[in-house]
Amino acid sequence: MTPVDDVIKASYFATAVLFIAGLRSMSSPATARRGIIWAGVGMTVAALATFFTPGMHHIPLMIGAIAVGMGLAQWSGRRVPMTAMPQMIALFNGMGGGAAAAIAAVELIKGGSAAAHHPVDVAILAVVGALIGAVSFGGSLIAFAKLQGLIKRVLSFPGQNLVDLVVLAVAVAGGVLVVLGETGAATHYGTPLVLGFIGVALLFGVLMTLPIGGADMPVVISLYNALTGLAVAFEGYVLGNPAMIIAGMVVGAAGTMLTQLMARAMNRSLANVLFSGFGATPAASGAASGSARPIEAGDAAIMLAYADKVIVAPGYGMAVAQAQHKVWELAQLLIDRGVQVKFAIHPVAGRMPGHMNVLLAEAGVPYDYIYDLDDINPEFATADAALVIGANDTVNLSARTDPGSPIYGMPILDVGKADNVVVIKRGAGVGFAGVENPLFFEDNVRMLYGDGQEAVAELIRGVKNA
Amino acid sequence: MSGWTALYIFMLAAFTGYVVIGAVPVILHTPLMSGANFVHGIVLVGAMVTLGFAHTTLEVTIGVIAVVLATLNVHGGFVVTVRMLAMFKSSRERGAGKGDATAGAAGGGDAGQPDAPSTPPAASGDRP
Repeated sequence: MTPVDDVIKASYFATAVLFIAGLRSMSSPATARRGIIWAGVGMTVAALATFFTPGMHHIPLMIGAIAVGMGLAQWSGRRVPMTAMPQMIALFNGMGGGAAAAIAAVELIKGGSAAAHHPVDVAILAVVGALIGAVSFGGSLIAFAKLQGLIKRVLSFPGQNLVDLVVLAVAVAGGVLVVLGETGAATHYGTPLVLGFIGVALLFGVLMTLPIGGADMPVVISLYNALTGLAVAFEGYVLGNPAMIIAGMVVGAAGTMLTQLMARAMNRSLANVLFSGFGATPAASGAASGSARPIEAGDAAIMLAYADKVIVAPGYGMAVAQAQHKVWELAQLLIDRGVQVKFAIHPVAGRMPGHMNVLLAEAGVPYDYIYDLDDINPEFATADAALVIGANDTVNLSARTDPGSPIYGMPILDVGKADNVVVIKRGAGVGFAGVENPLFFEDNVRMLYGDGQEAVAELIRGVKNA
Repeated sequence: MSGWTALYIFMLAAFTGYVVIGAVPVILHTPLMSGANFVHGIVLVGAMVTLGFAHTTLEVTIGVIAVVLATLNVHGGFVVTVRMLAMFKSSRERGAGKGDATAGAAGGGDAGQPDAPSTPPAASGDRP
């Protein structure tokens, strides 16, 4: 081993330490930014050290490719609005999965010549990494397209699960053939087989994501994040790079945990999310009926202005209406009057876990005003008013009362326990999950119909005059 | 690296990930996912090595694709994570000294209620 080798290996080691320490710093909003910057330092060290790997060719091409990637990422990463963050994360994640699959492709193509056959463990991990990397790549692209609104229709047909299964079986069979060829146990069909195998895996990722509805996308994005992590870890073994193994496994474990957390917050199993296509079909649940009582903005403003404690429960509709800045302006007015204001965030509010927190942070709401489901639910009983804006499924009583409801069993925010509830809603439509909400017919609930931003602006005027 | 050593690394790294990420509060889950996304961008290192040792035109082409994709993963993940985390501020930071003036009015007897800033928050400077 040459001294250069040692320096490179030491750099990778330092990178692994910086990654873990950086992610550890994300346990508090106060240190999180510092943490990610340290992880960035680690990444830079690793990339720079890699340039000095002895015997590498194509260095100018490599620098060019990195420059192109950085330019594109900088351009798209700077301009993406916070509301579109989930699909952007999905897209960047898919790129990583694609890179892992591409690495595997080159390694497996090289292994096609008899002189360069891989040992069986390396061949297997290269193939498995390629499979899940390609699935993550194809699936993430579809997830992006769906959340971005590029694919509006849900594409499903009878026997879809069977077709998916056949495609997966073909991909797996291709992978087995590649491994057998690599180890010399059978004929190696070479480059066409390798590329065909990866192509079919990619197709499987696309097919399995197409029928999943928008409401379930957060779980899917999280799952693909975990899959890319695993793919990177496996290719790390193929290339003999422990930093890739460690970083990939840490992300794989993290993604798995977030996926479970998300699925649990929706009271669904992962299998149910992936294979039932529920998020797709707006189930018509006609159980709830009654008349919702509207309220004038002026009356609602007075109710809020003279309350002691107000809890705001925002949903994604608030962000769609770009009303979060107005909501914070209203909250500040109330706070100045001596009203205690808290924000209640449901785990699946927004388009991915924690998305609503990002949107509120962007509007300027300090994070110590924000409470999650378990902390805030006991407090609704002591609140004079709850203000629901742009949320529907996360406050839907049928999750508690109607066993026939598709969201039955999902934990919800207890807004109905407040003395008075004002619901700002665009119209009498149903939520993302397509379920009617009996909360709107409760005695203490009043509906303030209108565009979120205008409705809150009217509330602000009302509070100022109160 | 022997397969058995690697297996230990796999196992310990998985536990580390589980424990470290378990400590992250729900409020930070979106930046966390984005940050984790950035961390698996280490695939860039593998992509560079793959391109560096590619021989045929096909291998070089796939290698270049790998490096571009991995760079998008790394740099994109970093940019959006930092953008998001820069917006997370406590009421103390938001208040910028003004918070104390309204503390009496906002306190309302509940110790849980943080000091309230009376001014609109400073522009994050990061809005698209």
